[in-house]
Formats: sequence, structure tokens, C-alpha cells
Amino acid sequence: MSAARTEAALWVAQRVTAVLLAGFVLVHLATMIYAVRVGLSAQALLARTHSNAAWPAFYAFFVLAAAIHGAIGLRTVAAEWLGSRGRGADAAAVAVGVALAALGLRAVWAVTA
Amino acid sequence: MTPKWAPDDSGAATLGEGRPTLRVAVWRGGADGRFQRFDVPRRASQTVLDVVTHIQRHLDPTLAYRFACRVGMCGSCAMTVNGRPRWTCRTHVDKVARDGTLELAPLANMPVVRDLVADMREFFDKWARAKGQFAPTRTRADGFAAVDPRTSARREADAAIECIGCGVCYAACDIVSWNPAYLGPAALNRAWTLQSDVRDGAHGERQRAVAGDAGCHACHTLMSCTELCPKALSPTRSIAGLKRLSLRAMLGGGGEAS
Repeated sequence: MSAARTEAALWVAQRVTAVLLAGFVLVHLATMIYAVRVGLSAQALLARTHSNAAWPAFYAFFVLAAAIHGAIGLRTVAAEWLGSRGRGADAAAVAVGVALAALGLRAVWAVTA
Repeated sequence: MTPKWAPDDSGAATLGEGRPTLRVAVWRGGADGRFQRFDVPRRASQTVLDVVTHIQRHLDPTLAYRFACRVGMCGSCAMTVNGRPRWTCRTHVDKVARDGTLELAPLANMPVVRDLVADMREFFDKWARAKGQFAPTRTRADGFAAVDPRTSARREADAAIECIGCGVCYAACDIVSWNPAYLGPAALNRAWTLQSDVRDGAHGERQRAVAGDAGCHACHTLMSCTELCPKALSPTRSIAGLKRLSLRAMLGGGGEAS
């Protein structure tokens, strides 16, 4: 993959995940506010996440979008503010993305299984 | 003549017998230079370039600066005026002086040659790196190309074509200061006019040249270039056009503007 194609692909991924995150965050906030206002207990929340596959699916996509978006953003911050570019910086960004995805998916799994 | 300072109602200091005077701090020397203070008589409709020329002709003939046309066509007189890059020949002192003072420095994001002269080599080399040369598809044996000015591609090119290469946008761009390899607003704007030119034959090659790590995707749409362009162009819009083209190229639609 040429540098031009890589940068274009990352740019598209960054924009697409930003659009997705905007929707995910709104749904997430609405859910939080609802749960607090209704006064749902931890058991009640877990019962709902266990019974409906849509919630784990929603949060799995949320986590993946955040991991991709965050990793690309941090790669740019490293390049522009720290002057850190090239394979090492790219590998670090990938590592951050994978770590974020792993931690997030683990949390999603914890409220699902 | 030793100036005697006394503020008048306009905030400008006066020299001797009540003539309004401008206090001007001018960058002297190279990168490790310093500001030198000059007192310049204030005149009606005075431009910043008039001020610099007065200093060079009457106060210190060793002052180095650059100008040619004096009418906003050549793009050679740009400097940093009170912290912002501007074309000095068309910038009136009235509009930019603060409390009767001016601070003049060479353009930012370029090495200083001496005094107010910045080294623009890298700036123009980036035009070449962005494949800023027209690549003809016809020879002199062919007839004139018929280009309809009403087509959207030609309108895009026309909207960006009046760049005079002054370097104001490049000096104003934070991305250039963060990523020295970044091609910059002027070179990308130039590339966009050629990508929008139906007569040009190097669209694919140019698209690859402007879409890398140092190209259009590095732009954060801060719009300093568009705010300060003395020709009122929008390099931001041109760069957005290049981003669209690279998306289209990635999806397999080629690198042509439409």
C-alpha cells in the first residue's frame, strides 16, 4: 500500500468512525441518563445486558470505533507535537488501538457472559 | 535627529514639532537577530511597504527587504506585521498599527536570510513536489483546447487560480510548523487547480504526490490560510477538494476533478 493510499484510508477511517461515535455517544448518554433517573440497580442492568444481544453488539462496535479513532488521532498527535513519525510511531499507534479494543471488548464480554 | 516622544490623541507618538510618528520595530540579522527601533513619519494612506522603504532610504540603507511591483501582483513583499503574515504593499498602516506601533519580521516557517528577507526555496520546492507544473496533453500542432468556463471543474480551478505565491498562507499555517515536510496551502492549492484542469495529463501522478503523510490529509482545516490570503482565495477549500479526489481514487474512481 502506497503512502498516499495509507493516508487516504486512515483519513476515511477517522472520519467514518467520528460519525459513528457521534451516534454511539448520544445513545450511550441517553441510556446512562435513563438508567440513573429510573434508578436501575446493577443487577437490573446486568439482567438487561444478558437478555438482549443488541446491547453487547452496540457496545462492541462502540469500542472498536473508539479504538480505531483514538489510535489514528494519537498517531497524528505524536507526529505533530512530538515529531514522532515512521514505523515505530505507527506500531505504537497500532498497539494503543489493539489495547483499547482488547480492554473495551473485555468489559463488554464481562457484562454479556 | 533625536526624536522627542509625546503621545497625541490618536495614540501615535509625535516627532519634534507635532508631526505624527510611527514607532517601528524591525527584525535585523538572521535567525539569532533582534528587533531594532525606528521612528518613521506618519503619512496619509501609508502602506507598510512605504514604511519599510522609508527606513531603507532615509534611516538605514543596510536594511534588507524584498519587493517588486508595489501593487499586489508579484507576491514578493510579504512579511510578518504585528505577528501576522501580510502583503505589505497593499496593507495600510491605519489597519494594522496598534497604538502607533508596528513590529515587522520576516515570514514565519521559512529560514531567515537577513532582516526582513525569508528564504522561500523550500516553499517553492514544495510546489514542485506537489507536481505543480502543468503537464500538457497536446502539442503545438494541435488546435486550442476548448474549455467551457461553466463546467464545475473549470469553476473550481478558476476560484483558486489567482495565487501570487506570496507565502502568506504558508507562514500562517500551524501544520507547516508542526510537520516541516507538509506541502502547505499554496502548493496544494496549485495542485488542486491542475487536478481541476481538463487539459492536464498528470492527474494520477499528482494525486499520489499530494495524498501522502505530508499532503492534503495532514490539513486540520484550521483555515488560517483562508483567513489571511491577500487574494481572498480559500486554500482550505482546495485541500478539501484534494481529499475528496483521494477518496474517489481510493474507491477506484481515478483522480479527476469533476
